[in-house]
Amino acid sequence: MKKDIFKVAGKSLKSRLIVGTGKYKNFSETAKAINASGADMVTVAVRRVNILDKKKPILTDYLNPKKIIFLPNTAGCFNSEEALRTLRLAREMGGWKLVKLEVLGDKKTLYPNMIETIKSTKILVKEGFKVMVYCTDDPLLAKKLEDNGASAIMPLASPIGSGLGLQNKVNISLIIKQSKVPVIVDAGIGTASDATIAMELGCDGVLINSAIANANKPVLMAKAFKDAVISGRNSYLAGRMNKNYFATASSPTKGLI
Amino acid sequence: MAKIQLNGKKVVIKSNYSILDLLKKYKLADNKVAVEHNGTIVPKTNYKKKHLKNNDKVEIVHFIGGG
Repeated sequence: MKKDIFKVAGKSLKSRLIVGTGKYKNFSETAKAINASGADMVTVAVRRVNILDKKKPILTDYLNPKKIIFLPNTAGCFNSEEALRTLRLAREMGGWKLVKLEVLGDKKTLYPNMIETIKSTKILVKEGFKVMVYCTDDPLLAKKLEDNGASAIMPLASPIGSGLGLQNKVNISLIIKQSKVPVIVDAGIGTASDATIAMELGCDGVLINSAIANANKPVLMAKAFKDAVISGRNSYLAGRMNKNYFATASSPTKGLI
Repeated sequence: MAKIQLNGKKVVIKSNYSILDLLKKYKLADNKVAVEHNGTIVPKTNYKKKHLKNNDKVEIVHFIGGG
């Protein structure tokens, strides 16, 4: 069998699970959960340094960007200018060209503003960035992103941090079928089985933050997600049986006593 | 002396301070941050030659946990 490799923006990843690094109790828990998840790519945010407290621990004390791929995001940006500024700073920080773009449109739902998202994608691609793009699950807009050079399409399963799981399997399936770049379900996954469902649909990967960080035992949940993603991928590759309305006996009828 | 705005806060620094001096003052490793000076990103190679003057606005950012 051909080896099943997950390639995104020219990088080969061992794991199809990408994890966020926000919302954990402390950095030690972040590091342990990421280790348990088996992820080789993590999302990070760009924020002001706390100049008042020089001794405060920082993320890079616990996660080494040389060992794990840092995917800088634009979380919290509500327009193209803010998102571009953030990612240009991220690039200057460590030479990162691979970034996750998210331009939000509404504070209550954190739903992406696709007009600003498409605009930003075009500019970033022109500047040489490899852009993985958080987006709505509209197949037409997903196609538009791909046409404008997005390196990966990242439709939401449901609103960020909601834990509502995959709400529109049909749309996600349509996006998977039409896309030539990886499709990574991002946002809204609530528990391990949601990730399996997404992977069974044929997604290339999933991105999880809250479902792991907000679990009672984040490290154990990280392991659950690792297994769930592998299971879902294998199930997709194996090809499920057909659904039937009526029963089909599993034991032969021949030789019945 | 020069008064600058650093990450939204008023800070007093010695005159002729460079960005590199500022990073040293706050014990920040230059490979872990990015710096914006009056709205323009400063390439790492210019940290030493870029000097700060009164009313300059400086933003120093780094990576934190995020989803």
